[in-house]
Amino acid sequence: MLSPILEMKGISKRFPGVVALDKVDLEIYPGEIVALIGENGAGKSTLMKILGGVYQPDDGSIIINGQAVSIHSVADALDLGIAFIHQELNVFDNLDVAANIFLGREPRKGGFLSLIDRRKMYAEAQTHVDRLGLDVSSHTLLSKLSMGHQQMVEIAKALSQQARILIMDEPTSSLTLTETERLMDVVKDLRSHGVSIIYISHRLGEVQELADRVIALRDGRNAGRLEREAITHDHMVRMMVGRDLEDFYVHPEGVVRQPYFEVRDLRTRRYPHRAISFKVSKGEIMGFAGLVGAGRSELAQAIFGVDPAVGGGILLEDKPVKVHAPRDAIGNGIYLIPEDRRNAGLILEDPIRKNITLPSLMRYASAGLINFESERKGASNIFKKLNVKAPSVEERVGNLSGGNQQKVVLAKWLSLSPHVLIFDEPTRGIDVGAKAEIYELMRGLAESGVAIMMISSDMEEILGVSQRVAVMHEGRLTGVLERSGCNEEAIMRLAVGRE
Amino acid sequence: MRKELGIFVLLVALCVVVAIINPRFLSPANLQNMARLIGLYGIFSIGMGIVIITGGIDLSVGSVFALLGVLMSMMLSEWHWPGALAILAVIGVSVGLGMIHGLLITRLRIQPFIVTLCGLLFYRGLARFIANDETKGFGTSAGFEWLQKLATGSLFKIPMPFVLLIIIGAVMWVVLHRSVYGRYLFAVGRNEEASRYSGINSRRIITSAYALSGALAGVTGVLLAFYTNSISPSSHGNSLELYGIAAAVLGGCSLRGGEGSIIGIIIGAALLQVLQNLVNLLGIPSSLNFAVMGAVILIGVIADQLLKRRAAPA
Repeated sequence: MLSPILEMKGISKRFPGVVALDKVDLEIYPGEIVALIGENGAGKSTLMKILGGVYQPDDGSIIINGQAVSIHSVADALDLGIAFIHQELNVFDNLDVAANIFLGREPRKGGFLSLIDRRKMYAEAQTHVDRLGLDVSSHTLLSKLSMGHQQMVEIAKALSQQARILIMDEPTSSLTLTETERLMDVVKDLRSHGVSIIYISHRLGEVQELADRVIALRDGRNAGRLEREAITHDHMVRMMVGRDLEDFYVHPEGVVRQPYFEVRDLRTRRYPHRAISFKVSKGEIMGFAGLVGAGRSELAQAIFGVDPAVGGGILLEDKPVKVHAPRDAIGNGIYLIPEDRRNAGLILEDPIRKNITLPSLMRYASAGLINFESERKGASNIFKKLNVKAPSVEERVGNLSGGNQQKVVLAKWLSLSPHVLIFDEPTRGIDVGAKAEIYELMRGLAESGVAIMMISSDMEEILGVSQRVAVMHEGRLTGVLERSGCNEEAIMRLAVGRE
Repeated sequence: MRKELGIFVLLVALCVVVAIINPRFLSPANLQNMARLIGLYGIFSIGMGIVIITGGIDLSVGSVFALLGVLMSMMLSEWHWPGALAILAVIGVSVGLGMIHGLLITRLRIQPFIVTLCGLLFYRGLARFIANDETKGFGTSAGFEWLQKLATGSLFKIPMPFVLLIIIGAVMWVVLHRSVYGRYLFAVGRNEEASRYSGINSRRIITSAYALSGALAGVTGVLLAFYTNSISPSSHGNSLELYGIAAAVLGGCSLRGGEGSIIGIIIGAALLQVLQNLVNLLGIPSSLNFAVMGAVILIGVIADQLLKRRAAPA
């Protein structure tokens, strides 16, 4: 057999407070497609960023064509023939196809004038585009192309740089079905020309069709590998999950389920043809699981009115609630703790006090004028109740740790006596101690009768905190699992679109 | 607070220096004259500051003055409207224009710079067209002398525009620094997204800021028309918006939004007038007027940056 074109051996990477990768191995042979699979946060992206020169490994070696190499920058990676097609495309949509392909390496002419040799650039770009079977002129502006075509241009760019190893991170996540099929054909064609492809995807169907080998990661470690014949849906799901759950979580008990908050045929702008319906009871924590891009945050934002629903609606105690903007949801006691804490949840430059009282300022005012004394008191009370670690309510929120920032976001809503709370990734980027405190708070709120929706990509959290788990896949609610029938495999199956 | 203190010290230092070199600086006539101008410039600078606090800008103010001046003169001298009605009409027009700017900015998402730049061009042209490009005035001002007194008169020897500035400044201080609305203005300027997520109707807040700025520009427009007493539509109010922006920035407003104070803006407006006065009194060629102002503002901003960097070593 041939020798591998690339070997990564014992790669480890630590970030402050987390071990992102722990002695991970990966190898790929010329003309092979290796699929890298794992849950969100399993370490796939970190591993690929190391290969692409974005991060430096703390430990381990990278061997290309039998030679140990170190990759200090994206340029180094390109010199070694490694090209990275990112999930969010890095194209300049104000430039045309040729300019994108040759950006920074434009062919020159005219001696010291160093003019761009336009004729050569467009001709060469055209051959690269044609090679992929793409029916597009190299003069076309990228903004005129579909996502699928823009991605093809990125692949053409990589090929023009003589890439031998192509990393594709979730290449089909924003493509239509036809575009996806087209991409898979191109990928297979590249393989037959000896290009090695590392293919990262949550879509196990694609992986099954494409991959010569599957390498699974879990919690930053190798979690097994499958060769051609053994690559099946079930095997892959089992490798991605299959971990013992620690008894980190306590469930709220003795809840009599009584539907309180209902979402009926709600359609979001991202998935206008998928109607979602479910009910949450008072005192219940309903988890929302799914892969990135399943439409869970869009659902939350539609309910809260940030990006209002295009159809359907919500009901509170059987009464319809019209939501056109967040203030409508807030007026009905429906609050969102957003995923993007730092931009949507908080004003980082402002002190804790101003952040906490922003949505409830009217309570501390008479005739439109703020009573600073009562504002400070109100803010301090909640601040103490939530045990926010900061010298005082006058501390700038930007100076707090992630966990304490999240408590401040929560504090904004607690003084307003919530009916429904939607948590979107409530503990992302938060350390273990603060996590436990936030779970404790959620449990307390549920026990006091709040209906809670919790969107999370952290499987442990979903299983540990929720009483029922709703699973979404590409804008659809693929299933709602009762506690008893709920395990990682069952969730994963629904999350990849298997009913 | 530190920022206002810095610029206040600068203002006092400047006054002391000018007074030492040329004692005429402290003559009642000079002080009165200066106070009148501070009043005129201060009032609309507060409006500009409020717009800047929301993260916007208003370049149309100077042209709005020309349009308002022309309208005012025609209402009083040609159409013989009652004075009170004319004032209300002129301020109403100014508020309406501000509201239109606000709506264009928040509904159509056009950048404030562009909306108000178009306003700058449009209103100037409109003013010249309405006036047939002729200089307008108020003739003998028979019947509305009391109006004229608002611009040229005094109360206990304090020029009326300055008195008005103090009253308006006090009211706006309460609005900006003590009211819920003021808190929302700052919040929207700091982070519009988080404000929206907190249930604030950010579009309405921003639109209202332009309308409020329009109201203050309207008041200034009335005063300015009577102060100059003749309105040449092609030059009346020219580039005054820049004085407003300069005063707001000197007073601690950040063009990124979310920062600023009424007291700072008023001190900033005062500082600009003292600088003009300094050029006159120190015998500096008046052609250097703008150069002096530009240099002082630049030095002030550089000093502020250096202080900030020292205060927070990063």
